[in-house]
Amino acid sequence: MIKRKIEELFFKVLMILATIIVTGSFFLIVGTIFSKGVPYMNLDMITKIPGGGFYIGKEGGVLNAIIGSLYIAGGATILGLIISIPVAIYINMYIDGKKFKSNLIRLAFDVLFGIPSIVYGAFGFLIMVYFGIRASLLGGIIAVTLLVIPILVRTLDEVIRTVPGELRDAALSLGATRWEAAKVILRQIRPGIFTAILLSFGRGIGDVASVLFTAGFSDNIPTSLHEPAATLPLAIFFQLGSPVEEVQGRAYASALILTIVVLIITVLAELLIKKFSKHKI
Amino acid sequence: MLVFTLASVSLVFVIGIGLYYRSIPILNKLSWFDLLTKSAWKPMKGLFGFYPFIMGTLWVTAIAIIIALPLSIFTSLYLVEYAHAKIKRVLIPFVNLLSGIPPVIYGVWGVLFIVPLIQEHIAPHFIEFSTGYSVLAGGIVLAVMIFPLIVSIITEVLTTIPQDLKDASLSIGATKWETIKKVIIRKATPGIIAATVLAISRAFGETIAVLMVCGNNAVVPHSVFDTGYPLPALIANNYGEMMSIPLYDSALMFAALLLFIIILLFNIISRVILARLERNLTT
Repeated sequence: MIKRKIEELFFKVLMILATIIVTGSFFLIVGTIFSKGVPYMNLDMITKIPGGGFYIGKEGGVLNAIIGSLYIAGGATILGLIISIPVAIYINMYIDGKKFKSNLIRLAFDVLFGIPSIVYGAFGFLIMVYFGIRASLLGGIIAVTLLVIPILVRTLDEVIRTVPGELRDAALSLGATRWEAAKVILRQIRPGIFTAILLSFGRGIGDVASVLFTAGFSDNIPTSLHEPAATLPLAIFFQLGSPVEEVQGRAYASALILTIVVLIITVLAELLIKKFSKHKI
Repeated sequence: MLVFTLASVSLVFVIGIGLYYRSIPILNKLSWFDLLTKSAWKPMKGLFGFYPFIMGTLWVTAIAIIIALPLSIFTSLYLVEYAHAKIKRVLIPFVNLLSGIPPVIYGVWGVLFIVPLIQEHIAPHFIEFSTGYSVLAGGIVLAVMIFPLIVSIITEVLTTIPQDLKDASLSIGATKWETIKKVIIRKATPGIIAATVLAISRAFGETIAVLMVCGNNAVVPHSVFDTGYPLPALIANNYGEMMSIPLYDSALMFAALLLFIIILLFNIISRVILARLERNLTT
Protein backbone atom coordinates (compact mmCIF):
# COMPACT_ATOMS: atom_id res chain seq x y z
CA MET A 1 0.00 0.00 0.00
CA ILE A 2 2.73 2.42 1.02
CA LYS A 3 4.62 1.60 -2.17
CA ARG A 4 1.57 2.45 -4.26
CA LYS A 5 1.08 5.72 -2.43
CA ILE A 6 4.73 6.66 -2.95
CA GLU A 7 4.51 5.77 -6.60
CA GLU A 8 1.41 7.92 -6.95
CA LEU A 9 3.09 10.86 -5.22
CA PHE A 10 6.31 10.44 -7.20
CA PHE A 11 4.57 10.63 -10.54
CA LYS A 12 2.34 13.47 -9.47
CA VAL A 13 5.41 15.52 -8.55
CA LEU A 14 7.00 14.53 -11.86
CA MET A 15 3.94 15.75 -13.75
CA ILE A 16 3.87 19.04 -11.90
CA LEU A 17 7.57 19.53 -12.60
CA ALA A 18 7.04 18.80 -16.29
CA THR A 19 4.19 21.30 -16.41
CA ILE A 20 6.36 23.92 -14.74
CA ILE A 21 9.15 23.34 -17.26
CA VAL A 22 6.83 23.52 -20.27
CA THR A 23 4.94 26.63 -19.22
CA GLY A 24 8.02 28.12 -17.59
CA SER A 25 9.94 28.00 -20.85
CA PHE A 26 7.54 30.62 -22.17
CA PHE A 27 8.52 33.02 -19.41
CA LEU A 28 12.18 32.15 -19.84
CA ILE A 29 12.05 33.08 -23.53
CA VAL A 30 10.05 36.26 -23.09
CA GLY A 31 12.18 37.22 -20.07
CA THR A 32 15.42 36.78 -22.04
CA ILE A 33 14.13 38.82 -24.97
CA PHE A 34 12.87 41.62 -22.71
CA SER A 35 15.98 41.87 -20.56
CA LYS A 36 18.21 42.08 -23.65
CA GLY A 37 15.95 44.21 -25.78
CA VAL A 38 14.66 46.86 -23.38
CA PRO A 39 18.05 48.64 -22.91
CA TYR A 40 18.25 49.22 -26.66
CA MET A 41 14.68 50.37 -27.11
CA ASN A 42 14.16 54.03 -27.87
CA LEU A 43 12.07 56.25 -30.08
CA ASP A 44 14.68 56.27 -32.86
CA MET A 45 14.44 52.52 -33.10
CA ILE A 46 10.88 52.58 -34.37
CA THR A 47 10.94 55.88 -36.26
CA LYS A 48 14.22 55.81 -38.20
CA ILE A 49 15.80 53.59 -40.81
CA PRO A 50 19.32 52.31 -40.10
CA GLY A 51 22.10 54.77 -40.85
CA GLY A 52 25.48 54.10 -42.47
CA GLY A 53 25.16 50.54 -43.79
CA PHE A 54 23.14 47.92 -42.01
CA TYR A 55 25.97 45.71 -40.89
CA ILE A 56 28.25 48.40 -39.48
CA GLY A 57 26.22 51.62 -39.20
CA LYS A 58 25.59 52.62 -35.61
CA GLU A 59 22.78 55.12 -35.98
CA GLY A 60 19.11 54.80 -36.59
CA GLY A 61 16.50 52.15 -36.02
CA VAL A 62 14.60 49.43 -37.75
CA LEU A 63 11.67 51.30 -39.30
CA ASN A 64 12.51 49.73 -42.68
CA ALA A 65 12.01 46.26 -41.20
CA ILE A 66 8.80 47.21 -39.38
CA ILE A 67 7.21 48.63 -42.52
CA GLY A 68 8.52 45.75 -44.64
CA SER A 69 7.04 43.21 -42.22
CA LEU A 70 3.67 44.97 -42.26
CA TYR A 71 3.66 45.06 -46.07
CA ILE A 72 4.59 41.41 -46.45
CA ALA A 73 2.42 39.95 -43.70
CA GLY A 74 -0.49 42.24 -44.62
CA GLY A 75 -0.24 41.65 -48.36
CA ALA A 76 0.07 37.91 -47.92
CA THR A 77 -2.90 37.77 -45.55
CA ILE A 78 -5.12 39.73 -47.96
CA LEU A 79 -4.07 37.60 -50.94
CA GLY A 80 -4.44 34.48 -48.84
CA LEU A 81 -7.98 35.44 -47.76
CA ILE A 82 -9.07 36.03 -51.34
CA ILE A 83 -8.05 32.44 -52.11
CA SER A 84 -9.00 30.78 -48.82
CA ILE A 85 -12.56 31.99 -48.26
CA PRO A 86 -13.84 30.44 -51.52
CA VAL A 87 -11.92 27.24 -50.75
CA ALA A 88 -13.40 26.94 -47.25
CA ILE A 89 -16.89 27.58 -48.60
CA TYR A 90 -16.39 25.09 -51.38
CA ILE A 91 -15.36 22.33 -48.98
CA ASN A 92 -18.36 22.93 -46.73
CA MET A 93 -21.15 24.01 -49.07
CA TYR A 94 -20.61 22.43 -52.43
CA ILE A 95 -19.34 18.93 -51.84
CA ASP A 96 -21.49 17.84 -48.94
CA GLY A 97 -22.59 14.24 -48.99
CA LYS A 98 -19.26 13.20 -50.40
CA LYS A 99 -17.36 12.91 -47.18
CA PHE A 100 -14.41 11.13 -48.75
CA LYS A 101 -13.74 13.99 -51.15
CA SER A 102 -13.91 16.75 -48.56
CA ASN A 103 -11.77 14.74 -46.15
CA LEU A 104 -9.17 14.23 -48.85
CA ILE A 105 -9.06 17.98 -49.46
CA ARG A 106 -8.77 18.58 -45.70
CA LEU A 107 -5.91 16.09 -45.55
CA ALA A 108 -4.16 17.99 -48.33
CA PHE A 109 -4.36 21.23 -46.35
CA ASP A 110 -3.22 19.52 -43.15
CA VAL A 111 -0.20 18.29 -45.08
CA LEU A 112 0.43 21.71 -46.63
CA PHE A 113 0.25 23.17 -43.12
CA GLY A 114 3.02 20.80 -42.04
CA ILE A 115 5.41 21.68 -44.85
CA PRO A 116 8.25 23.77 -43.41
CA SER A 117 8.62 27.38 -44.42
CA ILE A 118 12.07 26.77 -45.90
CA VAL A 119 10.44 24.55 -48.55
CA TYR A 120 7.92 27.30 -49.29
CA GLY A 121 10.84 29.69 -49.51
CA ALA A 122 12.67 27.44 -51.96
CA PHE A 123 9.50 26.89 -53.99
CA GLY A 124 8.69 30.61 -53.97
CA PHE A 125 12.20 31.19 -55.24
CA LEU A 126 11.57 28.71 -58.09
CA ILE A 127 8.40 30.59 -59.05
CA MET A 128 10.33 33.86 -59.04
CA VAL A 129 13.08 32.43 -61.23
CA TYR A 130 10.42 31.07 -63.60
CA PHE A 131 8.71 34.43 -63.97
CA GLY A 132 11.90 36.44 -63.82
CA ILE A 133 11.08 38.27 -60.60
CA ARG A 134 14.04 39.38 -58.50
CA ALA A 135 14.14 39.20 -54.70
CA SER A 136 11.61 41.86 -53.81
CA LEU A 137 8.55 42.79 -51.80
CA LEU A 138 6.45 40.95 -54.39
CA GLY A 139 8.55 37.79 -54.07
CA GLY A 140 8.23 37.89 -50.28
CA ILE A 141 4.48 38.33 -50.49
CA ILE A 142 4.15 35.38 -52.88
CA ALA A 143 6.16 33.04 -50.63
CA VAL A 144 4.35 34.10 -47.45
CA THR A 145 0.96 33.80 -49.19
CA LEU A 146 1.75 30.15 -49.95
CA LEU A 147 2.72 29.74 -46.32
CA VAL A 148 -0.48 31.23 -44.85
CA ILE A 149 -3.08 29.69 -47.19
CA PRO A 150 -3.20 26.38 -45.26
CA ILE A 151 -3.53 28.27 -41.95
CA LEU A 152 -6.40 30.37 -43.31
CA VAL A 153 -8.23 27.45 -44.92
CA ARG A 154 -7.92 25.24 -41.84
CA THR A 155 -9.12 27.95 -39.47
CA LEU A 156 -12.01 29.05 -41.70
CA ASP A 157 -13.04 25.45 -42.30
CA GLU A 158 -13.09 24.79 -38.58
CA VAL A 159 -15.19 27.88 -37.91
CA ILE A 160 -17.67 27.14 -40.69
CA ARG A 161 -18.14 23.65 -39.30
CA THR A 162 -19.28 25.13 -35.98
CA VAL A 163 -22.20 26.83 -37.73
CA PRO A 164 -25.25 24.59 -37.28
CA GLY A 165 -26.28 22.80 -40.47
CA GLU A 166 -29.89 23.92 -40.00
CA LEU A 167 -28.90 27.48 -40.82
CA ARG A 168 -27.71 26.44 -44.23
CA ASP A 169 -30.62 24.09 -44.76
CA ALA A 170 -33.08 26.85 -43.81
CA ALA A 171 -31.51 29.24 -46.31
CA LEU A 172 -31.49 26.61 -49.03
CA SER A 173 -35.08 25.56 -48.38
CA LEU A 174 -36.21 29.16 -48.74
CA GLY A 175 -34.95 28.99 -52.28
CA ALA A 176 -31.55 30.58 -51.78
CA THR A 177 -28.77 29.45 -54.07
CA ARG A 178 -25.75 27.82 -52.49
CA TRP A 179 -23.81 31.03 -52.88
CA GLU A 180 -26.54 33.04 -51.15
CA ALA A 181 -26.56 30.52 -48.33
CA ALA A 182 -22.79 30.82 -48.15
CA LYS A 183 -23.16 34.57 -47.67
CA VAL A 184 -25.45 33.96 -44.69
CA ILE A 185 -22.84 31.69 -43.19
CA LEU A 186 -20.03 34.15 -43.88
CA ARG A 187 -21.93 36.78 -41.93
CA GLN A 188 -22.34 34.30 -39.10
CA ILE A 189 -18.62 33.55 -38.85
CA ARG A 190 -17.29 37.11 -39.03
CA PRO A 191 -15.35 36.86 -35.74
CA GLY A 192 -13.91 33.58 -36.99
CA ILE A 193 -12.64 35.26 -40.13
CA PHE A 194 -10.97 37.84 -37.94
CA THR A 195 -9.29 35.08 -35.93
CA ALA A 196 -8.00 33.53 -39.15
CA ILE A 197 -6.63 36.90 -40.23
CA LEU A 198 -4.82 37.33 -36.92
CA LEU A 199 -3.31 33.84 -37.00
CA SER A 200 -2.18 34.27 -40.59
CA PHE A 201 -0.72 37.71 -39.93
CA GLY A 202 1.06 36.44 -36.83
CA ARG A 203 2.64 33.57 -38.73
CA GLY A 204 3.50 35.76 -41.71
CA ILE A 205 5.16 38.49 -39.70
CA GLY A 206 7.34 36.08 -37.75
CA ASP A 207 8.63 33.77 -40.43
CA VAL A 208 12.18 34.02 -41.75
CA ALA A 209 12.87 30.96 -43.83
CA SER A 210 10.23 31.78 -46.44
CA VAL A 211 11.40 35.37 -47.00
CA LEU A 212 15.10 34.66 -46.76
CA PHE A 213 15.37 33.85 -50.48
CA THR A 214 12.49 35.86 -51.74
CA ALA A 215 12.30 39.30 -50.13
CA GLY A 216 15.94 40.32 -50.28
CA PHE A 217 17.05 42.87 -47.71
CA SER A 218 17.24 46.63 -47.80
CA ASP A 219 17.96 49.52 -45.51
CA ASN A 220 15.25 51.55 -47.17
CA ILE A 221 11.51 51.41 -46.99
CA PRO A 222 10.26 49.80 -50.23
CA THR A 223 8.23 52.15 -52.40
CA SER A 224 7.17 49.62 -55.02
CA LEU A 225 6.50 45.91 -55.27
CA HIS A 226 9.71 45.34 -57.16
CA GLU A 227 12.07 46.75 -54.56
CA PRO A 228 13.73 44.48 -52.03
CA ALA A 229 12.27 44.69 -48.54
CA ALA A 230 13.52 43.98 -45.02
CA THR A 231 11.40 42.28 -42.40
CA LEU A 232 11.80 42.21 -38.62
CA PRO A 233 12.85 38.53 -38.46
CA LEU A 234 15.39 39.13 -41.24
CA ALA A 235 16.69 42.19 -39.39
CA ILE A 236 17.16 40.04 -36.28
CA PHE A 237 18.77 37.19 -38.19
CA PHE A 238 21.26 39.35 -40.11
CA GLN A 239 22.17 41.83 -37.39
CA LEU A 240 22.59 39.40 -34.51
CA GLY A 241 25.96 38.25 -35.84
CA SER A 242 27.38 41.74 -36.23
CA PRO A 243 30.57 42.57 -34.34
CA VAL A 244 29.31 46.13 -33.71
CA GLU A 245 27.46 46.40 -30.41
CA GLU A 246 24.93 48.97 -31.64
CA VAL A 247 23.98 46.80 -34.60
CA GLN A 248 23.54 43.79 -32.31
CA GLY A 249 21.41 46.04 -30.15
CA ARG A 250 19.19 46.71 -33.13
CA ALA A 251 18.68 42.94 -33.44
CA TYR A 252 17.72 42.70 -29.76
CA ALA A 253 15.33 45.63 -30.06
CA SER A 254 13.80 44.10 -33.20
CA ALA A 255 13.34 40.83 -31.32
CA LEU A 256 11.57 42.72 -28.56
CA ILE A 257 9.26 44.52 -31.00
CA LEU A 258 8.47 41.31 -32.87
CA THR A 259 7.79 39.41 -29.63
CA ILE A 260 5.42 42.09 -28.36
CA VAL A 261 3.55 42.28 -31.68
CA VAL A 262 3.20 38.51 -31.95
CA LEU A 263 2.11 38.14 -28.32
CA ILE A 264 -0.59 40.78 -28.76
CA ILE A 265 -1.82 39.04 -31.92
CA THR A 266 -1.86 35.63 -30.26
CA VAL A 267 -3.70 36.91 -27.18
CA LEU A 268 -6.29 38.68 -29.36
CA ALA A 269 -6.82 35.53 -31.41
CA GLU A 270 -7.21 33.46 -28.22
CA LEU A 271 -9.78 35.87 -26.82
CA LEU A 272 -11.70 35.89 -30.08
CA ILE A 273 -11.79 32.10 -30.22
CA LYS A 274 -13.06 32.00 -26.66
CA LYS A 275 -15.72 34.61 -27.33
CA PHE A 276 -16.71 32.85 -30.49
CA SER A 277 -17.17 29.48 -28.86
CA LYS A 278 -19.30 31.12 -26.17
CA HIS A 279 -21.79 32.33 -28.76
CA LYS A 280 -21.81 28.98 -30.46
CA ILE A 281 -25.13 27.23 -30.28
CA MET B 1 -14.20 28.25 -56.07
CA LEU B 2 -13.46 24.90 -57.62
CA VAL B 3 -10.46 26.41 -59.39
CA PHE B 4 -9.06 27.91 -56.19
CA THR B 5 -9.61 24.67 -54.32
CA LEU B 6 -7.99 22.52 -56.98
CA ALA B 7 -5.13 24.99 -57.41
CA SER B 8 -4.30 25.12 -53.72
CA VAL B 9 -4.70 21.38 -53.21
CA SER B 10 -2.48 20.64 -56.19
CA LEU B 11 0.14 22.85 -54.56
CA VAL B 12 1.26 19.67 -52.79
CA PHE B 13 2.11 18.10 -56.15
CA VAL B 14 3.33 21.27 -57.81
CA ILE B 15 5.88 21.87 -55.05
CA GLY B 16 7.09 18.29 -55.30
CA ILE B 17 7.33 18.34 -59.09
CA GLY B 18 8.96 21.78 -59.17
CA LEU B 19 11.63 20.77 -56.68
CA TYR B 20 12.20 17.46 -58.46
CA TYR B 21 12.52 19.21 -61.80
CA ARG B 22 15.22 21.49 -60.42
CA SER B 23 17.03 18.52 -58.82
CA ILE B 24 17.34 16.64 -62.13
CA PRO B 25 20.76 18.11 -63.04
CA ILE B 26 22.34 16.74 -59.88
CA LEU B 27 20.42 13.47 -60.05
CA ASN B 28 21.77 12.95 -63.56
CA LYS B 29 25.29 13.24 -62.30
CA LEU B 30 25.04 11.41 -59.01
CA SER B 31 22.72 8.62 -57.91
CA TRP B 32 20.30 8.89 -54.99
CA PHE B 33 22.42 6.38 -53.14
CA ASP B 34 25.61 8.40 -53.58
CA LEU B 35 23.93 11.65 -52.63
CA LEU B 36 22.52 10.19 -49.44
CA THR B 37 25.51 8.17 -48.23
CA LYS B 38 28.65 10.09 -49.26
CA SER B 39 29.98 12.46 -46.67
CA ALA B 40 32.27 14.72 -48.72
CA TRP B 41 30.71 18.14 -49.21
CA LYS B 42 32.88 20.16 -51.59
CA PRO B 43 30.65 22.04 -54.02
CA MET B 44 33.67 23.62 -55.73
CA LYS B 45 34.89 20.16 -56.76
CA GLY B 46 31.43 18.89 -57.58
CA LEU B 47 31.23 16.66 -54.50
CA PHE B 48 27.81 16.70 -52.92
CA GLY B 49 27.44 14.20 -50.09
CA PHE B 50 24.41 14.82 -47.90
CA TYR B 51 25.27 12.27 -45.23
CA PRO B 52 26.60 14.78 -42.64
CA PHE B 53 23.52 16.95 -43.06
CA ILE B 54 21.14 14.03 -42.76
CA MET B 55 22.95 12.89 -39.62
CA GLY B 56 22.89 16.45 -38.28
CA THR B 57 19.14 16.57 -38.80
CA LEU B 58 18.65 13.16 -37.16
CA TRP B 59 20.76 14.06 -34.11
CA VAL B 60 18.98 17.33 -33.50
CA THR B 61 15.55 15.79 -34.04
CA ALA B 62 16.29 12.80 -31.82
CA ILE B 63 17.53 15.00 -28.97
CA ALA B 64 14.47 17.23 -29.30
CA ILE B 65 12.05 14.31 -29.19
CA ILE B 66 13.84 12.62 -26.28
CA ILE B 67 13.53 15.82 -24.25
CA ALA B 68 10.10 16.95 -25.40
CA LEU B 69 8.09 13.74 -25.48
CA PRO B 70 8.19 12.71 -21.80
CA LEU B 71 7.82 16.29 -20.61
CA SER B 72 4.85 16.87 -22.92
CA ILE B 73 3.13 13.60 -21.98
CA PHE B 74 3.48 14.34 -18.27
CA THR B 75 2.28 17.91 -18.77
CA SER B 76 -0.77 16.77 -20.74
CA LEU B 77 -1.59 14.13 -18.13
CA TYR B 78 -1.34 16.70 -15.37
CA LEU B 79 -3.49 19.22 -17.25
CA VAL B 80 -6.21 16.70 -18.09
CA GLU B 81 -6.25 14.35 -15.11
CA TYR B 82 -5.05 16.35 -12.12
CA ALA B 83 -5.22 20.10 -12.59
CA HIS B 84 -8.19 22.09 -11.33
CA ALA B 85 -10.27 23.84 -13.96
CA LYS B 86 -8.90 27.13 -12.67
CA ILE B 87 -5.25 26.12 -13.03
CA LYS B 88 -6.02 24.70 -16.44
CA ARG B 89 -7.53 27.98 -17.56
CA VAL B 90 -4.37 29.80 -16.51
CA LEU B 91 -1.84 27.33 -17.90
CA ILE B 92 -3.24 26.35 -21.29
CA PRO B 93 -3.06 29.89 -22.73
CA PHE B 94 0.68 29.93 -22.00
CA VAL B 95 1.17 26.76 -24.00
CA ASN B 96 -0.71 28.42 -26.86
CA LEU B 97 1.37 31.59 -26.53
CA LEU B 98 4.49 29.46 -26.78
CA SER B 99 3.28 28.15 -30.14
CA GLY B 100 2.82 31.70 -31.40
CA ILE B 101 6.42 32.78 -30.82
CA PRO B 102 8.27 33.03 -34.15
CA PRO B 103 11.22 30.68 -34.84
CA VAL B 104 13.73 33.52 -35.01
CA ILE B 105 12.86 34.51 -31.43
CA TYR B 106 13.53 30.95 -30.31
CA GLY B 107 16.84 31.28 -32.13
CA VAL B 108 17.75 34.49 -30.31
CA TRP B 109 16.81 32.86 -27.02
CA GLY B 110 18.96 29.88 -27.92
CA VAL B 111 21.96 32.10 -28.66
CA LEU B 112 21.53 34.23 -25.54
CA PHE B 113 20.48 31.59 -23.03
CA ILE B 114 20.95 27.96 -24.07
CA VAL B 115 24.33 28.29 -25.80
CA PRO B 116 26.04 30.03 -22.84
CA LEU B 117 24.31 27.60 -20.46
CA ILE B 118 25.83 24.64 -22.29
CA GLN B 119 29.20 26.30 -22.66
CA GLU B 120 29.57 27.30 -19.02
CA HIS B 121 27.47 24.90 -16.99
CA ILE B 122 26.73 21.69 -18.85
CA ALA B 123 29.62 20.91 -21.18
CA PRO B 124 32.46 21.40 -18.62
CA HIS B 125 31.15 18.42 -16.66
CA PHE B 126 31.64 16.13 -19.62
CA ILE B 127 34.27 17.44 -21.99
CA GLU B 128 37.24 19.82 -22.05
CA PHE B 129 35.76 22.64 -24.04
CA SER B 130 32.67 23.49 -26.02
CA THR B 131 31.57 26.77 -27.53
CA GLY B 132 28.01 25.80 -26.68
CA TYR B 133 27.01 25.83 -30.33
CA SER B 134 26.10 22.18 -30.65
CA VAL B 135 23.44 19.67 -31.63
CA LEU B 136 22.43 19.66 -27.97
CA ALA B 137 21.63 23.38 -28.12
CA GLY B 138 19.64 22.78 -31.32
CA GLY B 139 17.82 19.87 -29.70
CA ILE B 140 16.86 21.86 -26.61
CA VAL B 141 15.58 24.83 -28.61
CA LEU B 142 13.63 22.50 -30.88
CA ALA B 143 12.21 20.63 -27.90
CA VAL B 144 10.74 23.86 -26.54
CA MET B 145 9.37 24.68 -29.99
CA ILE B 146 7.51 21.37 -30.27
CA PHE B 147 6.11 21.36 -26.71
CA PRO B 148 2.91 23.15 -27.73
CA LEU B 149 2.30 20.87 -30.70
CA ILE B 150 2.64 17.64 -28.71
CA VAL B 151 0.83 18.95 -25.63
CA SER B 152 -2.15 20.23 -27.61
CA ILE B 153 -2.63 16.97 -29.53
CA ILE B 154 -2.18 14.72 -26.49
CA THR B 155 -4.48 16.80 -24.27
CA GLU B 156 -7.10 16.57 -26.97
CA VAL B 157 -6.69 12.80 -27.24
CA LEU B 158 -6.79 12.42 -23.44
CA THR B 159 -10.01 14.41 -23.06
CA THR B 160 -11.75 12.10 -25.52
CA ILE B 161 -11.10 9.00 -23.39
CA PRO B 162 -14.47 8.06 -21.88
CA GLN B 163 -14.91 8.91 -18.19
CA ASP B 164 -16.57 5.50 -17.64
CA LEU B 165 -13.32 3.78 -18.41
CA LYS B 166 -11.46 5.80 -15.80
CA ASP B 167 -14.27 5.39 -13.26
CA ALA B 168 -14.26 1.63 -13.74
CA SER B 169 -10.55 1.45 -13.01
CA LEU B 170 -10.78 3.78 -10.00
CA SER B 171 -13.78 1.95 -8.54
CA ILE B 172 -11.92 -1.33 -8.29
CA GLY B 173 -9.31 0.35 -6.15
CA ALA B 174 -6.67 1.51 -8.58
CA THR B 175 -4.89 4.74 -7.73
CA LYS B 176 -4.97 7.59 -10.16
CA TRP B 177 -1.48 6.86 -11.42
CA GLU B 178 -2.30 3.17 -11.85
CA THR B 179 -5.34 4.16 -13.89
CA ILE B 180 -3.17 6.40 -16.03
CA LYS B 181 -0.53 3.72 -16.46
CA LYS B 182 -2.81 0.79 -17.21
CA VAL B 183 -5.86 2.36 -18.84
CA ILE B 184 -5.34 5.88 -20.10
CA ILE B 185 -1.90 5.52 -21.65
CA ARG B 186 -2.93 2.33 -23.38
CA LYS B 187 -5.99 4.03 -24.84
CA ALA B 188 -4.04 7.11 -25.85
CA THR B 189 -1.12 5.34 -27.51
CA PRO B 190 -2.21 5.88 -31.14
CA GLY B 191 -2.71 9.58 -30.40
CA ILE B 192 0.69 9.81 -28.74
CA ILE B 193 2.29 8.13 -31.76
CA ALA B 194 0.55 10.52 -34.14
CA ALA B 195 1.67 13.49 -32.08
CA THR B 196 5.24 12.20 -32.06
CA VAL B 197 5.33 11.64 -35.82
CA LEU B 198 3.95 15.14 -36.37
CA ALA B 199 6.49 16.59 -33.95
CA ILE B 200 9.33 14.77 -35.74
CA SER B 201 8.29 16.24 -39.06
CA ARG B 202 8.07 19.71 -37.52
CA ALA B 203 11.53 19.27 -36.04
CA PHE B 204 12.92 18.08 -39.37
CA GLY B 205 11.85 21.20 -41.17
CA GLU B 206 12.66 23.82 -38.57
CA THR B 207 15.33 26.03 -40.06
CA ILE B 208 16.26 29.31 -38.52
CA ALA B 209 16.22 28.55 -34.81
CA VAL B 210 18.38 25.47 -35.35
CA LEU B 211 20.70 27.18 -37.78
CA MET B 212 21.42 29.88 -35.20
CA VAL B 213 22.58 27.50 -32.45
CA CYS B 214 23.98 24.37 -34.10
CA GLY B 215 27.38 25.62 -35.20
CA ASN B 216 26.92 24.52 -38.83
CA ASN B 217 29.93 22.35 -39.55
CA ALA B 218 29.61 19.86 -42.37
CA VAL B 219 30.84 16.90 -40.32
CA VAL B 220 28.91 14.01 -38.81
CA PRO B 221 28.32 14.69 -35.08
CA HIS B 222 29.54 12.01 -32.65
CA SER B 223 28.39 13.47 -29.34
CA VAL B 224 25.74 15.90 -28.20
CA PHE B 225 28.40 18.58 -27.76
CA ASP B 226 29.56 18.35 -31.37
CA THR B 227 28.43 20.87 -33.91
CA GLY B 228 25.92 19.76 -36.48
CA TYR B 229 24.57 21.03 -39.77
CA PRO B 230 20.94 20.06 -40.38
CA LEU B 231 19.52 20.00 -43.92
CA PRO B 232 17.25 23.06 -43.67
CA ALA B 233 20.13 25.11 -42.29
CA LEU B 234 22.22 24.07 -45.29
CA ILE B 235 19.58 25.40 -47.67
CA ALA B 236 19.14 28.66 -45.80
CA ASN B 237 22.83 29.35 -45.31
CA ASN B 238 24.05 28.83 -48.84
CA TYR B 239 21.39 30.55 -50.81
CA GLY B 240 23.67 33.51 -51.44
CA GLU B 241 26.39 31.64 -53.28
CA MET B 242 24.33 28.90 -54.88
CA MET B 243 24.03 30.60 -58.22
CA SER B 244 27.76 31.03 -58.79
CA ILE B 245 28.85 27.38 -58.50
CA PRO B 246 27.63 24.79 -61.03
CA LEU B 247 25.13 22.25 -59.72
CA TYR B 248 25.06 23.97 -56.33
CA ASP B 249 21.53 25.32 -56.77
CA SER B 250 20.40 21.93 -58.00
CA ALA B 251 21.97 20.29 -54.92
CA LEU B 252 20.16 22.70 -52.59
CA MET B 253 16.86 22.11 -54.37
CA PHE B 254 17.53 18.39 -53.94
CA ALA B 255 17.92 19.03 -50.20
CA ALA B 256 14.57 20.83 -50.23
CA LEU B 257 13.03 17.93 -52.16
CA LEU B 258 14.38 15.46 -49.61
CA LEU B 259 12.87 17.45 -46.74
CA PHE B 260 9.61 17.78 -48.62
CA ILE B 261 9.27 14.03 -49.25
CA ILE B 262 10.12 12.99 -45.69
CA ILE B 263 7.79 15.55 -44.16
CA LEU B 264 5.00 14.75 -46.60
CA LEU B 265 5.12 11.07 -45.64
CA PHE B 266 5.28 11.74 -41.91
CA ASN B 267 2.41 14.20 -42.10
CA ILE B 268 0.18 11.86 -44.04
CA ILE B 269 0.89 9.02 -41.59
CA SER B 270 0.07 11.07 -38.51
CA ARG B 271 -3.00 12.72 -40.03
CA VAL B 272 -4.40 9.35 -41.07
CA ILE B 273 -3.90 8.01 -37.52
CA LEU B 274 -5.58 11.09 -36.04
CA ALA B 275 -8.47 10.98 -38.51
CA ARG B 276 -9.06 7.31 -37.72
CA LEU B 277 -9.07 8.10 -33.99
CA GLU B 278 -11.63 10.83 -34.54
CA ARG B 279 -13.82 8.53 -36.61
CA ASN B 280 -13.72 5.79 -33.98
CA LEU B 281 -14.95 8.24 -31.40
CA THR B 282 -17.84 9.62 -33.41
CA THR B 283 -19.25 6.29 -34.47
